[in-house]
Amino acid sequence: MADGSAFDELWGTGRGRKARPGFEALARWLADTPAIELDRRQQAAESAFRSLGITFSVYGEEAAAERIIPFDIIPRIFSAAEWERLSSGLEQRVRAINLFIDDVYGARKILKDGIVPADIVLNNPQYCIPVAGARPPHGVYAHICGIDLVRTGADDFLVLEDNARTPSGVSYMIENRDAMLRLCPELFDIFPVRPVDSYPELLRETLYSVAPDRARQPVCVLLTPGHHNSAFYEHSFLADNMGIELVEGRDLEVDDDVVWMKTIDGRVRVDVIYRRVDDAFLDPLVFRPDSLLGVPGLMAAYLAGNVTLVNAPGTGIADDKAIYSYMPEIVRYYTGEDARLANVETWRCRDPKALRHTLANLDKLVVKLVDGSGGYGMLVGPTASKAEIEAFGAALKAEPDRYIAQPTLALSTVPIHTESGMAPRHVDFRPFVLTGADGVTIVPGGLTRVALRKGSLVVNSSQGGGTKDSFVLAAEPEAGA
Amino acid sequence: MLSRTAASLYWIGRYMERAEFTTRLVEATIRLAALGGHAHVDRAWQSALRVVGAPPLDTGKEGYGARRYLALSPDNSASIKSCIILARDNARAARTALTREVWEAINRAWLMIEARTSPGGVQQTLNLVEELKAETRGFEGALARMLRSEGYWFMRLGSMIERGDATARLLDVKYYLLLPEGQEVGGKLDRDQWTTILDIVSAKTAYRHLYREGLKPWLVADMLVFRRELPRSLAWTAEQTVDQLGEFGSRSGRQGPADRLARQRLARLDELDVGTIFRGGLHQWLQAYVRENNALGDAIAGQFRFA
Repeated sequence: MADGSAFDELWGTGRGRKARPGFEALARWLADTPAIELDRRQQAAESAFRSLGITFSVYGEEAAAERIIPFDIIPRIFSAAEWERLSSGLEQRVRAINLFIDDVYGARKILKDGIVPADIVLNNPQYCIPVAGARPPHGVYAHICGIDLVRTGADDFLVLEDNARTPSGVSYMIENRDAMLRLCPELFDIFPVRPVDSYPELLRETLYSVAPDRARQPVCVLLTPGHHNSAFYEHSFLADNMGIELVEGRDLEVDDDVVWMKTIDGRVRVDVIYRRVDDAFLDPLVFRPDSLLGVPGLMAAYLAGNVTLVNAPGTGIADDKAIYSYMPEIVRYYTGEDARLANVETWRCRDPKALRHTLANLDKLVVKLVDGSGGYGMLVGPTASKAEIEAFGAALKAEPDRYIAQPTLALSTVPIHTESGMAPRHVDFRPFVLTGADGVTIVPGGLTRVALRKGSLVVNSSQGGGTKDSFVLAAEPEAGA
Repeated sequence: MLSRTAASLYWIGRYMERAEFTTRLVEATIRLAALGGHAHVDRAWQSALRVVGAPPLDTGKEGYGARRYLALSPDNSASIKSCIILARDNARAARTALTREVWEAINRAWLMIEARTSPGGVQQTLNLVEELKAETRGFEGALARMLRSEGYWFMRLGSMIERGDATARLLDVKYYLLLPEGQEVGGKLDRDQWTTILDIVSAKTAYRHLYREGLKPWLVADMLVFRRELPRSLAWTAEQTVDQLGEFGSRSGRQGPADRLARQRLARLDELDVGTIFRGGLHQWLQAYVRENNALGDAIAGQFRFA
């Protein structure tokens, strides 16, 4: 639908098939590399992923269904200047997110100053009452954020979502690069690509930096829901590359507010837990009592300051879609600056005027559950059937507080390699932002997700999206080079 | 190392060994079945089912039912396919303790067998057997190249416990079935059966090297129980178990009940000979050995806290 008018990151908006300035070398590489060769490399990459077991499982399908995420061989390229702007905006935004979380669980100044309505914070299901008043080391809550960005023009990057809970996908950033280095080595002669393989090391440093004070040589572990979880490959990949233990809830126990892991030589005290288990399942004594994934007593150990949880419980308050609409104000409040990265225009359906507008324009808008994710519980108006729109409208009227609406964006496209040659497809971008005791670090890269179906705007892997490598260049390529 | 990871590694060792053993059992039984008529085919497969402790079932044309049950049936938790699925499940869970090579070997075996549901005709089953043998060789090769540390030791321990169990049960079932009252030992059928045993443990030429005589049941038993030159004999697996446990001990400076049990078992084997076993009853002796082997498996789990 948006194909004809969307901004293409290689070809720009013109249909003249003349590459944007600085991107000529990519156009030339595409012209010089035969389609059959791209085919071969793409298949080699996917077969390597299959043999490594880089798979995800789709919820709602039988448990045994494991799929690899389709991989596209044509890289997406960010110039040094583009990355400079993006990373400074990301740094600012994530700094504000951590200050915001620290505030709403502490002094609540932003609520008292009336910048954000108190009720949407304090009555939010994501507001984690048990952690109010307990400040984690260095006041860092969201140590790892995966900020979802979309692009609508050469200079227009917008934040679509702030994932401040347990964002996933970073292993694809690294494995995709690995595949590209193996399969398209010539690209790295053409482009000065900044490496991304330092991510596990930086993450490890982040984890160590936020250990509780008493820990001289801290023991860090990665807590996974288990090997049936859709992101398990990533959990094992990260634990392996950081050289830390990959644990499940049953490998840990809490004694006198201290966390121990059970090893073949006895118990070992744990200081930092990079947990990839949602808040609700962390501790059956505090959250969902039926959780088998968590550790009874873990929250007590956390509140006693004996263990650091990464990310801290309660960070969901910052990436809730209702809070999202206030992010420009939140950034300004805490940093004193205007947000360098813009939000997508958002109507909060809790507001009667916004609800009327949304209901009247359902066929044009994207409507989302404030607490939905992964593309579930979402209406994409322009591609929805009449029946879907009607059903969604009824749900919206019943519980307007649960929804926000946004315009359908003309997401940028990049070329992908298909059976019938090159074709433009819509993309988004998720860079990973680390915050430790010493501030914010961003690896120059991220996860580019691409909607493989023509015209589709849904990039989620669970709904037929694929990935491709994202090059961030070290210096501006010479114009015309 | 996490106790749970140790358990996963130990069970990877056991399941991959079980898959390999059952693969050889299927192959040898196909060969045995080819030597006789329909009734003989059924007997051959019923005997193979006994070896893995399966209930008798309708073996069908050319042993189809048995071939399917042993190789692919999801209802048989010890079928080759089930073993590979379980090994891969454990490998996923213990992924960080495996080398990429070991993981890929297990994952490749899984990718190969995952979608198979029918063993097809006899020739197709033999093709599957060949593929499986290549995959298990790949696993053993990858294992051999691993760093000698806990990860390796636990997988080896699992293999050795499983192998001891399989060899003892093979010998027991064949011995017990093959020497019925009144039948002349050394007859034609008998010879085929004992040859089959040697096939399963891939020791036909080994037998000729070790014993200059023709095929004698007590010598086959002697070889499978006592000869440390044979990597599938009870003595060899018992010795390996002691050695692997010793590696842990020399690293941690501690020993436990599993070390003691393993050493006692090896010492008792050293004092025995095949004549003594036959006089006391091979069947009784093998049954006791299987029980003792299980107890040792439990002691290992207890010692490393994954019981």
